[in-house]
This record gives sequence, C-alpha cells and structure tokens, in this order.
Amino acid sequence: MSFEKFLFYVFAGILVFAAVMVITRKNPVHSALFLVLAFFNSAGLWMLAEAEFLAIALVLVYVGAVMVLFLFVVMMLDINIAELRAGFVRNAPVAVVVAVAMVAELIMVVGPQRFGLDSVAAPAAKPAEYSNTEELGLALFTEHLYAFEIAAVILLVGIVAAIGLTMRKRPETKHQDAATQIAVKASDRLRVIKMDAEEKA
Amino acid sequence: MIALSDYLMVGAILFSLSVAGIFLNRKNVILLLMCIELMLLAVNINFIAFSHFLGDTAGQVFVFFILTVAAAEAAIGLAILVVLFRSRRTINVADLDTLKG
Repeated sequence: MSFEKFLFYVFAGILVFAAVMVITRKNPVHSALFLVLAFFNSAGLWMLAEAEFLAIALVLVYVGAVMVLFLFVVMMLDINIAELRAGFVRNAPVAVVVAVAMVAELIMVVGPQRFGLDSVAAPAAKPAEYSNTEELGLALFTEHLYAFEIAAVILLVGIVAAIGLTMRKRPETKHQDAATQIAVKASDRLRVIKMDAEEKA
Repeated sequence: MIALSDYLMVGAILFSLSVAGIFLNRKNVILLLMCIELMLLAVNINFIAFSHFLGDTAGQVFVFFILTVAAAEAAIGLAILVVLFRSRRTINVADLDTLKG
C-alpha cells in the first residue's frame, strides 16, 4: 500500500465517521462542528486528487464562512432539542435500510469492476511546476466567463435576500433620528413670552 | 494507486449517509440544511474525481459553481430559518402547516 493510498483511507475514514456523527448527534452545535471536520477531510481528499485550489477554497469558504454562519444561527435560536428528536428512534430502521440499500446499489454501479484501475487508468502525476490555480483560472475566465458572472449575480442575490429577509423595523426601540435633529429650529424648542415685571410684595 | 472507484465509493457512502440523516432528523430544519450541505459535498467529490482521472478542468469549474450556489443557498436558508423562528418560535417541520398542504 503506497503512502498516498494510506492517506486516502485516513481522510476517507474520518470523513465517513464525521458524517455519521453529524446525522446522529443530539446537539446541533456538535453536528455543525463535525460537519467542519467532514469538510476538512474532504479538502484533504481533493488535495490528493490534485485539485489544490478548490481544496483551499473549501476550507476558507466552508469552514471559515458557511459553518460559522451555521454556528451563529444554531446558537442564536433557543430551540427545544428533545422535541425535535422525537421520532428519531422510530425513523432509524427506515433510514438504515434506505442508506444500506443506496450504498449497495451505488457501489454496484461505481464499484471497482467498472471504475477500477483496469478500466480507468490513474493519470500520471503532474510536473512540479504545474499550477492548478492557473489552469482553473484559464478555464474560468475564458470558456466559462458568463457562468462566472452569473455566479457573481447569484451571490449578490443571496446577500440581498438574506438581508432583506432578516432586517426588521422595531417600533419599540428608542434610537436617534439625525435628520430631524439637524432640521430642528430654535423656534420649535424655545418660546419667548413677553410679560410685565412682577411687583415685590 | 488510488482508483477512480475509491473516490466514487466515498462519494456514494457520503450521499447515502446524508439521505439517512434527512430521514433521521426530519423535524429539525438546521440539520436538514446540514445534510443538504453533505450531499453537495458528496457530489463535489465525484466531480473532482472525474476531473482528475479524465484530465479535464471543466469538472473543477463545476465544483466552483456548486460551491457558490451552495453558499448562497445556505445564507438564504438560514435567513428564512431565523425569520421563521421569530414568527413561530419553533423550527419543527411538523409545526409548519400554515399552507395546509
């Protein structure tokens, strides 16, 4: 067994373990943290497949941004875990049967007899000066430029939608309105009254 | 050497696990979103593996776009979740029956 194969089994093993933990933990915070572990290990797998740029992007974007967002939301909401766990045991046999059946069928389709090394030979290792980022950038900014711009628009729509959904006006908060503060005149606040002087008794 | 089938089998196992997760946690919207993220990850592993073994960068470009869409989806999904919790005080899927579907 080569060192690469050994690394592959380590990453794949921890990845599957983390995925099992994600779906079985009681506490959603633990699930989110195990999902971080799963992303980390699949980044390792991608690194073995010579997709270095995407491996780093997965760690930066997913572990750094998306999972932190998940953790924020999980910790912000005060949820009743016991109520949400109802039906877990009842659904477990169905879930296990469906999962095992799916794995068996999928492995029959994509197993070693069809996609093994005999049918799809392993590509030769890239030379040391090969840059995956450069290759990906060339493909992205020439062939797939329109798709890239659409992706930018999708992200913008995501930002607008997320802010638009969660922003709210709260009438009970007491905040200053700078515009009305500046627009105010002395005559609005102060009234000068003419009156006769009072005589001393 | 690592074969293409190894990557595909890891992807298949991960995908099936996330389907099982949707069955198990079908009341908790947060965990449903996490399972969808896991599914997308399984699909991405397949794309990367085929891209590596067929020597075509297009697969990696696809993964790039899937990551983009998944990030937008997570942001909007969680925003909907927060709004939902504010109005109903619950994230239980069984309580979301306003549409009477």
